[in-house]
Amino acid sequence: MLYREAGQFKTTYAADQQLFPIRQDRIGLIALLAVAFLGVPMFASEYWFSAILIPFLIFSLAALGLNILTGYAGQLSLGTAAFMAVGAYAAYNFQLRVEGIPILVSFICAGLTAAGVGILFGLPSLRIKGFYLAVATLAAQFFIVWCLTKFPWLSNNSSSGVISAHNIEILGYAFNTPRDKYLLVLAIVVLLALAAKNMVRSTTGRAWMAVRDMDVAASVIGIRLMRTKLLAFAVSSFYCGVAGALYAYCYLGSVEPDGFSLDMSFRILFMVIIGGVGSILGSFLGAAFILLLPIFLDILLPFFAGLFGLPFSSATVSHIQIMVFGALIMFFLIVEPHGLARLWQIAKEKLRLWPFPH
Amino acid sequence: MKKVFKPAVAAAAVSLALIAPQTFAADQFFPIPSYRVGAYGANGQAFYGGFIDYLNYVNLKEKGVNGVNLTWEECETEYNNAKGVECYERLKGKAKESAGPIHTMSTGISYALIDKSAQDKLPLAMMGYGRTDAVDGSVFPYAFPLVTTYQMQASAIVKFIKDKNGGNLAGKKIVYLYHDSAYGKEAIIAMEAEASLNKFTLVQIPVAHPGNEQNAQWLKIRQEKPDYVVFWGWGVMNQTALKAAQKVGFPRDKMIGSWWTGSEEDVIPAGDAAKGYMAATWNVAGKQVPVIADIEKVVYGAGKGNLQDKGKIGTVLYNRGVSAAVLSVEAIRKGQEKYGKGKPLNGEQMRWALENLNITEARLKQVGATDLLPEIKTSCDNHEGSGKVKIQQWDGAKWVPVSGWIEGNKALIHPLFQASAKQYAKEKGITPRDCSKEK
Amino acid sequence: MEFFFEVLIGGLLSGVMYALVALGFVLIYKASGVFNFAQGAMVYLAALSVVGIMEWGAPLWLAVILAFAIMTAFGIGTEKFVLRKLVNQPPIALFMATIGLTFFIEGLAPMIFGSDPRALDIGIVDEPIPYILDNWNMVISKFDLIAAGVAAVLVTVLALFFQYTRIGRALRAVADDHQAALSIGIPLQHIWAIVWGVAGFVALVAGMMWGARNGVQFALTFTALKALPVLILGGFTSVPGAIVGGLIIGASEKLAEIYIPPVMQDLFGGNFGGIEGWFPYVLALLFLLVRPEGLFGEKHIDRV
Repeated sequence: MLYREAGQFKTTYAADQQLFPIRQDRIGLIALLAVAFLGVPMFASEYWFSAILIPFLIFSLAALGLNILTGYAGQLSLGTAAFMAVGAYAAYNFQLRVEGIPILVSFICAGLTAAGVGILFGLPSLRIKGFYLAVATLAAQFFIVWCLTKFPWLSNNSSSGVISAHNIEILGYAFNTPRDKYLLVLAIVVLLALAAKNMVRSTTGRAWMAVRDMDVAASVIGIRLMRTKLLAFAVSSFYCGVAGALYAYCYLGSVEPDGFSLDMSFRILFMVIIGGVGSILGSFLGAAFILLLPIFLDILLPFFAGLFGLPFSSATVSHIQIMVFGALIMFFLIVEPHGLARLWQIAKEKLRLWPFPH
Repeated sequence: MKKVFKPAVAAAAVSLALIAPQTFAADQFFPIPSYRVGAYGANGQAFYGGFIDYLNYVNLKEKGVNGVNLTWEECETEYNNAKGVECYERLKGKAKESAGPIHTMSTGISYALIDKSAQDKLPLAMMGYGRTDAVDGSVFPYAFPLVTTYQMQASAIVKFIKDKNGGNLAGKKIVYLYHDSAYGKEAIIAMEAEASLNKFTLVQIPVAHPGNEQNAQWLKIRQEKPDYVVFWGWGVMNQTALKAAQKVGFPRDKMIGSWWTGSEEDVIPAGDAAKGYMAATWNVAGKQVPVIADIEKVVYGAGKGNLQDKGKIGTVLYNRGVSAAVLSVEAIRKGQEKYGKGKPLNGEQMRWALENLNITEARLKQVGATDLLPEIKTSCDNHEGSGKVKIQQWDGAKWVPVSGWIEGNKALIHPLFQASAKQYAKEKGITPRDCSKEK
Repeated sequence: MEFFFEVLIGGLLSGVMYALVALGFVLIYKASGVFNFAQGAMVYLAALSVVGIMEWGAPLWLAVILAFAIMTAFGIGTEKFVLRKLVNQPPIALFMATIGLTFFIEGLAPMIFGSDPRALDIGIVDEPIPYILDNWNMVISKFDLIAAGVAAVLVTVLALFFQYTRIGRALRAVADDHQAALSIGIPLQHIWAIVWGVAGFVALVAGMMWGARNGVQFALTFTALKALPVLILGGFTSVPGAIVGGLIIGASEKLAEIYIPPVMQDLFGGNFGGIEGWFPYVLALLFLLVRPEGLFGEKHIDRV
């Protein structure tokens, strides 16, 4: 009853083609954004900002980037963290070396740099497919991180290769507190997410999906494979690059190349798959799940151990956490291989009828 | 409906656990971002086991510091920077009233926390790791690379080699074999400075992470025929290097490692290949140190030991954890002298205490920690406080100290820190404190 | 020139060690199309079981047998509780499940057997062979030679097993076409359980060799990273491909580590060592551009 499209007539093409054609979706989104922009900053604590919300948004963005590549264009990549590293180091260098460049421009340039690198490492995708390609993207992962360690110029000759982010100032306003940074990250992520939502239903997005479903067939119906695939790599890397710049500037503050490890790439891939391959919403759900799960386990397990007087040492608790994390991932894949986004879809179907059974 | 509510209840419980104050006003709280799983879990277990055991020991033995009970909370970082930050933020909320120094035992995590901890006014202790130019306390008021730094250590190792060679290294060849990361690269600058000062040839050979394959590097070393190999490894790289040295027949007693290559965890897996190998350390191993023996008796006697495996008591890393705790507790004593006995210290007061430490040999003897730490005297422009190490040698069953305290070349190394700190201050727009005005 | 050969031979022998790990991947991929990322963790579990059981007082041979039993049980359990429920899912879901499995093992194994790094003594010392050292001044490790021998035996046994036994034939049938194999009455699930058991055995061998070489510890899981380029070079589905790929990767990576950094140093200044981390991947990548299915991989024909 509540979630019903019946009666919402579209009388113009513009109305029919808008991003969220269902009124309830629009209201929901506006409400969500209002909460995120206005409600959260009023109530969240510093811990929530800097330990949960900011990384959640940043990883959502990275997952979104990977989802464009893997979920929409069907190219499996294990090098996401490396593209984030490119973004982080590019933003740092633009800030450092270009006099008076606004920080947002640096972020965009960082994204573009990552996009360029992405195209370069996307080239093999024209020949290689599937897991062969996945392993090949590992080349990007290791090579990029190595380059960042080896060319001291990139880290302004710091002896350890670690870069420290500059202060963020936009139009004379310094973004110092976690809340400011949260709002900045939120604004960027919302913009890019809407852009992505728009993109995947455009010609480009449809071309990506055609390539994903079967690239030979796609090329038969006249989609230029090279352009489409490389564009997917470029756009995906752009998102990852911006996420990387935000990771350095708004989250950690100082980063080292080794921080952008294979482990991080996997984590982002997890987010995409648990969240839902080929779903914008899924990227957010997946990021929330993968980030929050360990924290929940971290707090709950010792709590339960204490509650039942279990003789767990700290080490045992830590080990059980990892086990449960792995087991839950397998469990989720078994229960819902299409990810959390699919659960949301099912919920929507149900809502359409609720409270009636049919 | 029920289904929906379960997670909600769990969430409420969790947020309660997050918010609920667990410390009483009279407790001194230690936020401990520790790690016990993953590739370096074994190292973390020993270190944090020792750290917590000593805190427990102080509580049991003398009812806390001047009556202030020591409390702590751990958070698993998995040696991962992002998780470390999350842990820090989580523990931070509880450390408002009182805060002991934060030991992360990870260079990456401490780098990520440097700015944050200064903003939150929480002192970050980096004993033998982390950002080394924080020795210059005028730029880094809240970061303390205590006891000694990689650069000073490298310098001390060179001095040890020099002493062995009759005070002259001219014409010798030293290979610096290092983990190709921030950790391994920190000491290069010191090795280069020493090389040009002492006129020895320095050959730098990096090993890619994780370092479980070193055939090529060691064949190169065999070809170079160096007099010594100075070795900066971490985790599996250590055992692999020892095994590979054996494979190419390089004498192990010409290999001298950093303090993260010189624990039982590093040499035992290499078996016989490790015999004769030397490493730097600032704390000796073994239970002959009075406080270690006493911890075993008091803490484990009361069944409050942190370690499952008691065999780790007295290992290098366990003792290092104890040494970190001794230092932290001594700082609390110092702080209480200024801010009132029997009162817990907050982050700012703790910072003052760490900056005005003066731990003498006599004091170390009093607490039974002789040889767990060198003498330490910190100040605003010297957050390191010592710069001394001992060299220890693995005899196949245990680590044996083979030198007295060796101090690195301060006149050579400390200006490097100041230059680097200055650059950092410039990049970040920090105005350094005037150290002459600090009391 | 002597040095060149020394590096080359050392590299080839290292390559054999990589191939040992890669074999496990190949077996599972071949029979079930699953890219089993948990192979590295299985190597760790196997080696840790051996030293853990030995610590409880068992002799080496018994520990190895028990570890084999554990690995088999583990493989069957994985098949039964995870993979069977994911039949017909996209390959990426299966791949992710094996990463979940990796986390599971990484928590489970040290919890049972302890996380301390330990030595595994299988009675072979990793020392240069004196005869070669004296006569040619070359370092060839005894241990590496024996490892190469073990790998050769293992590959031969596996090849014979696949070629001539009933189960082997069934395996190949399943690999060719799941449905066709099912329709002629080959019990798919038994076959998969067997494959996971065999992969567990390969992991055990690899774990013991790597464990004896570098100590048994968490870092054994990283051996998987060395095996991946071997895998793409040799092809995901070829047992001999794993060996040949291993040899090529091992040798080229060591030669590159020795000879490329000095060249780059001349060009850019600075120290460019440590290229071993990425070189095999880039090499494999370049190779794939020429032959997208690896050296011995099955050629894939796209049909619309």
